[in-house]
Amino acid sequence: MKAAVLVFPGINRERDMARTLELIGGRPPAMVWHTERQLPAGTDLAVIPGGFSYGDYLRCGAIAARAPIMAAVRSFAAGGGLVLGVCNGFQILCEAGILPGVLMRNQNLRFICREVYLKVERSDTPFTRGYNAGQVIRVPVAHGEGNYIADSETIARLEGEGRVVFRYSSPDGMIDPNWNHNGAINAIAGILNARGNVLGMMPHPENHVEASIGPTDGRGLFAGLAEHLARAA
Amino acid sequence: MKARVTVTLKSGILDPQGKAIEGALRSLGVAGVTSVRQGKVFDIEIDGADPAQAEALLKQAADKLLANTVIENYKVDVVG
Repeated sequence: MKAAVLVFPGINRERDMARTLELIGGRPPAMVWHTERQLPAGTDLAVIPGGFSYGDYLRCGAIAARAPIMAAVRSFAAGGGLVLGVCNGFQILCEAGILPGVLMRNQNLRFICREVYLKVERSDTPFTRGYNAGQVIRVPVAHGEGNYIADSETIARLEGEGRVVFRYSSPDGMIDPNWNHNGAINAIAGILNARGNVLGMMPHPENHVEASIGPTDGRGLFAGLAEHLARAA
Repeated sequence: MKARVTVTLKSGILDPQGKAIEGALRSLGVAGVTSVRQGKVFDIEIDGADPAQAEALLKQAADKLLANTVIENYKVDVVG
């Protein structure tokens, strides 16, 4: 795995992400500053981490989505390269138009920082091959704007094409408004682009990978990516 | 030349902030408010003296950055 982690002013989860990528992928990722115009040669995974790029000014992710490095991410994705956006990274991918829809203010207006349960809808993607379809994983969330919405045509297309890969659920995998902490439509927690090589998700799998500090349900995502990339190489 | 771009949420898009403000107005006793939708105003100064050109430029600015047209509408007013 030759990952690159994008760094924007105000991002604060880049070191968690880098630690996880090194722990599971075996080598430290390149840290790429937002003013760069290219990803490092040989990059096989571009990661946009969480945080508060540009202080969430204008709209969450709006300024970062227009940074110079995002043109490189756009062409990397267009060429089939794997892109993972977590939390603010998901917001940035939506603002950049690389993923459809938008992340609105949480329905209860609060910043929510806690563990949630996610139902993994598919295991046949590079991002979820480390899980079983229907499996429920426990991962943390920490966001004020995670309430996913798109127009009804887009939602129908996402659902019809199986592009919703993670949903907020109960511990036993039931989709229930009581377990949808931010009010996202159809309890959507993570989606793929049409080609299936870009994933955006609000929860933080990178924070649940070490037994010494808690659950390790996030490992599957990174282990699956590492395996996918090792096979592709 | 001065101009104003006003960005508002499209109808049908839930506006929790507007709802909270609406509730606060009610609790303050401001009577008769039936709905609040929150938006943004950008006051912009631009070079040049051609209002049509200014409007085209500001539409570009709104489409590219100021508004997320998935959920927002915008209005450009060139003040002169």
